[in-house]
Amino acid sequence: MALVSLRNVFKAFGSTRALAGASLDIEAGEIVALMGSNGAGKSTLVKILAGVIEADAGDIRLRGQPFAPRSPAEATAAGIVTVHQSTGVVGIPGLTVADSLLLDRYADGATPFFLTRRRVRERARAIVEEAGFPLPLDRDFADLPAADRQLVAIARAIGHKAELLILDEPTASLSGAEARRLYAVLKDLAGRGIAILYISHRLADLEALADRVEVLRGGRNAGSFRRPIDFDAAVETMIGRPLAAAHPDARTAAGPPVLSLRNIRLLPHARPFDLDLHAGEVVAVTGVLGAGKSRLLTGLFGAGRFAAGDMRLDGRPYAPADPAEAIAAGVVMAGEDRHRTSLMPAGWPGEAVRSTISLPHLDRWFPSGFLLGDRETAEGARAISRLGIRAASPAASVWSLSGGNQQKTVIARWEAEPSRVLLLDEPFQGVDLGARQDIITTLRHHADRATLIATSDPEEAAEVADRVVVLDGHSLVSPASGGANTLQEVHP
Amino acid sequence: MTSDSDAVPAPAAGPHPVHRLGDIVRNGAIFILLAAMMIGFTAAQPAFIGINNLMSILQAVAVVAILGAGVTISMAVGGFDLSVGAVAASSVMAASYAMIVWRFGAFVTVPLVLAFGAAIGLINALLIVRLRIPDMLATLAMMFLLTGLQLIPTAGRSISAGLILADGSTALGKYDPLFLLIGRSSLGGVIPVPVLLTLVVAVALYVLTEHTRIGRLLFATGGNELAARLAGASTARLKVIAYVISGTLASLGGIVVAARVGRGDVSSGSSLMMDAVAASLIGFTVLGLRRPNVFGSVVGAVFVGVLLNGLTMLNAPYYTQDFVKGAVLVGALAMTYGLGRARS
Repeated sequence: MALVSLRNVFKAFGSTRALAGASLDIEAGEIVALMGSNGAGKSTLVKILAGVIEADAGDIRLRGQPFAPRSPAEATAAGIVTVHQSTGVVGIPGLTVADSLLLDRYADGATPFFLTRRRVRERARAIVEEAGFPLPLDRDFADLPAADRQLVAIARAIGHKAELLILDEPTASLSGAEARRLYAVLKDLAGRGIAILYISHRLADLEALADRVEVLRGGRNAGSFRRPIDFDAAVETMIGRPLAAAHPDARTAAGPPVLSLRNIRLLPHARPFDLDLHAGEVVAVTGVLGAGKSRLLTGLFGAGRFAAGDMRLDGRPYAPADPAEAIAAGVVMAGEDRHRTSLMPAGWPGEAVRSTISLPHLDRWFPSGFLLGDRETAEGARAISRLGIRAASPAASVWSLSGGNQQKTVIARWEAEPSRVLLLDEPFQGVDLGARQDIITTLRHHADRATLIATSDPEEAAEVADRVVVLDGHSLVSPASGGANTLQEVHP
Repeated sequence: MTSDSDAVPAPAAGPHPVHRLGDIVRNGAIFILLAAMMIGFTAAQPAFIGINNLMSILQAVAVVAILGAGVTISMAVGGFDLSVGAVAASSVMAASYAMIVWRFGAFVTVPLVLAFGAAIGLINALLIVRLRIPDMLATLAMMFLLTGLQLIPTAGRSISAGLILADGSTALGKYDPLFLLIGRSSLGGVIPVPVLLTLVVAVALYVLTEHTRIGRLLFATGGNELAARLAGASTARLKVIAYVISGTLASLGGIVVAARVGRGDVSSGSSLMMDAVAASLIGFTVLGLRRPNVFGSVVGAVFVGVLLNGLTMLNAPYYTQDFVKGAVLVGALAMTYGLGRARS
């Protein structure tokens, strides 16, 4: 008997059908990966299991008994625990890791009113022992790297006697070594009979972990793949069309560079480096978290400062004091984490697709100062058709779109007006493979500007770029110019 | 018109007509209540619906509506101007001092007082932008400072003609009759000038916030400051604009109060801040927007005015007024947030 079994589950949001008869079985000790384009219904399915939303129709059973959690707390009590994507909500800066492990128990009223430090440590240690991996109990939660925060969340779930652990893009912000540690932890848990359901878009995750891949498309099951998993077939099932060439033909750029960096020091004591970007080429900069990728991009965009160095844009000195100057000069950036760096909150003016696109261009599009005429709507419609954004209309809220379509909207913002250099920081976070292909095609379409992409995933870098450079310890370690790098060359 | 506000209240065609009806009721609740109140008050006291009484209601809420619009602008940039009441009160004193002690006419006094309000707004903005003091704390501190400052030039006395100054001499000036017209005259004998001023301010600010580039950027600053800055907006300058507008409007409110009262009363404007903040917050409910909006703030001010006027006509004691205002605010917010969440 399956631990969890969903049959013919339906769920609609207004006129959008998120799930149209999806089914899923998970056995104890099984690791199941859920794949699907944005809008395929993965998140909806997971949220129904986690008690965040209720299904409209369908049969859901836990250990053979009908199961319909009305809140995340109910799901947790039944043994279904979700580890959220943003690990910042797991603990509170200023509290120790031990406190963070017990945080939800402080709140449930079962903990005695008076707590001694020793008692907290004892209980936290018991949780960690049960989880089976070490955690620094006395450290401040704020000092923990993202990878360890996630382990805190997982340990807490184990402490709740979780039988099904749900993870949403668990490796999105982890470096390669950190991801491998997480794989080991999850495999150990599965070996002890805990079922794991996770959503991921990284092939490396699927390869390392999944016993079975379930592919959703349009709210229905599109295919199921068991080990050994044929990933190309899975991806083709997911996007519903054959894969384009996975590795694009690298182009070699000629002519004078659009942007040239000389003797750049990201930090005062970092080794200086040079970098040239040519028109029509896509360059990816990769490296682990904290290697300086974001620092490089924000410095180029005027949102930060380099410790030293010289920049030239089309041969002229370039030293933007703020993003406004960079944009005026033709250097534009879509920052990491689009919710934080690009989008207006839901229900707030500027949340529409068209106004997300128009925000930096308002002074050019509306020189009178009044938002008259249909320029904004027309540009929105153009972006929707050109990038294949799945939105009801240019006036639709970006929050009604899936992650991939939100990212396309953000990129459409910077495609709406010509630019010289496009900077993208982790543009494929939370973007499914189908949307990723569309974005890559769009980015590689331009011959008139240079594109610099920061990504912590070397495979992704090789997939999108003509040239890959590696940052380590705030300096470039691979040749700054030359032909296409293969994947082997990127790993120094 | 290109505006997002038209896309907000109408979510993609809901399948259930009941839900849509619910949306209409919630988004129009304040208007339905307003109509019901007016019918009820008229039935109980026919004089309520008379044009003179309606105009006196509008005249009574004019200052609060002007100040509420200012608070709304500060909320649009993600801030909160708590100093508007104190700015208005000290503007009353400043106007009186300018005319009675310095013997200025209306044409000098009005620009002077408006400049005073703008300067306070600028100082607020500098405290917030340069020194990075949280908005509420900076404007709260400014409120204290102004409440005290307005007492100093006259040693705590109210200002009226024949004021005896600190050095023993008697002030020779008086209120300029032209200045008094701002508060005491009516257009065609029907529409009081303060109501007209409020209308002009409301329309201008509505257009500014909802239908101009600057308005979009102001809201962008309040919605996601980082995103606004990364899109090339000068968020510091936008905050300065918002607080200068808010300060200037507050001093305009003070001018209206001074022109109506005709003297510089040290206790004038004590409840203005609370009333203005309440109007702005009730404004969140209007049209179900759940965000600061100028139209809503003005409607909120009028709503409270109608309620208080009606209750007064029904001989409700004056000391229940604050309770009524509080109850309206709590009810409005509960409806906006509580019921809105139950739906989504």
